[in-house]
Amino acid sequence: MSFHPSPDLSVWIAAFITLCIFSFLYKDNPFYKFAEHLFVGVSAGYYTILNFWTVLVPNLGEPLVASFKGHGVSAAKHGMWAASLGDYRGYLLIPALLGLLLFTRLVGRIGWLSRWPLALVIGAYAGLKTTGFAQGDLVAQIEASLQPLWTANPVTTINAIIFTVGLLTSLLFFFYSREPKGAFGVVSRIGMAFLMVSFGAGYGYTVMSRVSLLIGRFQFLVVDWLGLR
Amino acid sequence: MTPLQNLGRIDRRWLFLGMGILVLIPLLFPLHLPITPTATSIAFHRAIANVPDGSTVLMSCDYDPGTIPEMVPMTRTALRQLWEKHCKVVITVLWPGGPGLVDRVVAEVAAEYPDKKYGVDWVNLGYKPGNEAVMVLMGQGILTAFPYDYRGNATRSLPIMQRARDYADFPLLVSISAGYPGTKEWVQQVQARFHLPMVAGVTAVSVPEFYPYVQSGQLIGMLSGMAGAAEYEVLRKESGEASRGMDAQSLAHVFVALCIVLGNVVQRDVRRGDGS
Amino acid sequence: MKREVPLFLTAVIGTFMILSFFVPHQIVSVPAQFLQLTAVIVVACGYLLGGANVLRVNLVAIGRQEPGWLYKLLLVLSLLATVTIGAIEGPGFLDPGRRSRWIYDTLYSPMSATMFGLLAFFIASAAFRAFRVRTIEAMWLAAAALIVMIGRVPIGEALTRFLPVPLQLPVIQEWIMEVPQNAAKRAILMGAALGIMATGLRVILGIERAYLGGED
Repeated sequence: MSFHPSPDLSVWIAAFITLCIFSFLYKDNPFYKFAEHLFVGVSAGYYTILNFWTVLVPNLGEPLVASFKGHGVSAAKHGMWAASLGDYRGYLLIPALLGLLLFTRLVGRIGWLSRWPLALVIGAYAGLKTTGFAQGDLVAQIEASLQPLWTANPVTTINAIIFTVGLLTSLLFFFYSREPKGAFGVVSRIGMAFLMVSFGAGYGYTVMSRVSLLIGRFQFLVVDWLGLR
Repeated sequence: MTPLQNLGRIDRRWLFLGMGILVLIPLLFPLHLPITPTATSIAFHRAIANVPDGSTVLMSCDYDPGTIPEMVPMTRTALRQLWEKHCKVVITVLWPGGPGLVDRVVAEVAAEYPDKKYGVDWVNLGYKPGNEAVMVLMGQGILTAFPYDYRGNATRSLPIMQRARDYADFPLLVSISAGYPGTKEWVQQVQARFHLPMVAGVTAVSVPEFYPYVQSGQLIGMLSGMAGAAEYEVLRKESGEASRGMDAQSLAHVFVALCIVLGNVVQRDVRRGDGS
Repeated sequence: MKREVPLFLTAVIGTFMILSFFVPHQIVSVPAQFLQLTAVIVVACGYLLGGANVLRVNLVAIGRQEPGWLYKLLLVLSLLATVTIGAIEGPGFLDPGRRSRWIYDTLYSPMSATMFGLLAFFIASAAFRAFRVRTIEAMWLAAAALIVMIGRVPIGEALTRFLPVPLQLPVIQEWIMEVPQNAAKRAILMGAALGIMATGLRVILGIERAYLGGED
């Protein structure tokens, strides 16, 4: 095994910060607090400037300024209000105004004005999510559940029966309008067993995910920083 | 007090140390445990292999540095497979922490293919906030959602975007996603609405949630976390970071399993001791 | 005005977005696209608002010299430095070689990755101290967790390679994921979908008003 620490100062700084954060495992300490607050500050600053340059300027600022001169995406159309699909020109004053209203949240007396842009966002996402979940999670999943329970292959048949029993009993487990007693109680307990298996599988995969992230950091320290190969 | 009861009072920092050692050792001294691809990883690989050569594929890299070990190997290997088929790749990023990372990863892979030109064979459209709204907006016109790409070029002027105006122009969507917004939203808003065939590479924590989508055919293939990325590398006969990390993954899992078993054995001993 | 206008906006826009799913005509698709673009712009403004709020809260704490105010000063300085450098460097602020790119690659990226890397240690600790199998249901959970954890990684195959195929851990793990886990997860998906649809309609109809906040 060879030892070739990185000559790049940036890698050493990144490694120092990584070790500062790992020091929390021993106990909370000034190094960890330093890294934690630096992270929050840099993240907040980065998110702010990123959204400014990637959205507010290209999707709002530049088209709006162009519309004041009568120009837009469609070269054939002239005029501030000559909007069409994908080319909204002067109408972009509406999102501009709503975006500004959002900042009234910081001013106590007129903070209620920020509800207007929030209402737009809430309404838009409520509509998008309702149709998205209906089509993607309900209709498609019901369709996929309607599988034949009797096939030529006995293993496929058994699996289909177990799957259907699991699906129905799990759905019935969530039927809280009726007390889980008698036959319904038995069905409910079977559903709970399936749900517990599902949660156990989820736990297993969660462990995998978290360990992967640790492996990534150790790979950085061992390979990129210390050059141990 | 019995030894088991003493074990039950162990300082958790010893457990941290144990975990750290078991992850570190295989990285320094690999065990070379064999990796066998699973059905969903094989389906992911096959779905990309079945894309017509030279077509334009949409790849959404919805992750940030917090999930590098799982997501980056998938991105690299998928890009290599697509470029070896001479496919063109349109890349979007819907996570704010992602654009710099994705740009670096794509540039590193692009350096392996000097014949691939930016703006002709691939484009990084960059980041847009808005989650589902961006996805649906792209369906009505990608150029409206992304008037400029990540490098500041007007997307209208790029050759690759002449044949990529909306979802109908893509035979496949490759979603490499770490959470929200990501694969679930692409399935709900794009696959369901625009019927665009989809494959996904997801973090392990969200894998159980997506198995119903695989079984229903809404996802025609799926890579499950770092293990899935490693399997994909094996299918592609590559040796990448994911494959090299699987030994450490194995030992760490055994350690956690032992912790669960031992923790319960200790607890039984404590309860028995209290009872007597 | 303070509550009625937002409720009206939510109702109209929400209904319109649902309508746009079913009606492809331009009379619906053009305003729908405009609304989606507006939502994207407002969300971006929300991120700027978030940055401004972080600044405001921490400046107040620094002014009052609350405990840990020096760390908050570091937070504020790093925030302002990142924004200022990014603003000066313009739209290509994340291009290779730029100072903003250096901040992203050297500070943001490793810190973000390491914060999540800590979780693996706590999972091991929690597995030992808190994962208790006291009921039959917990036994199902633990059994599934152990089989999936070991069966999904190479060591699972290595340990059970000598057994008949149906008894090998990777095969059992795959069966668990495809059959019982899938069934329960699908039930949860469908139930959650119904819940989201109901909540979405409640928000659009103005029955659910929590997003409006306070009394006035």
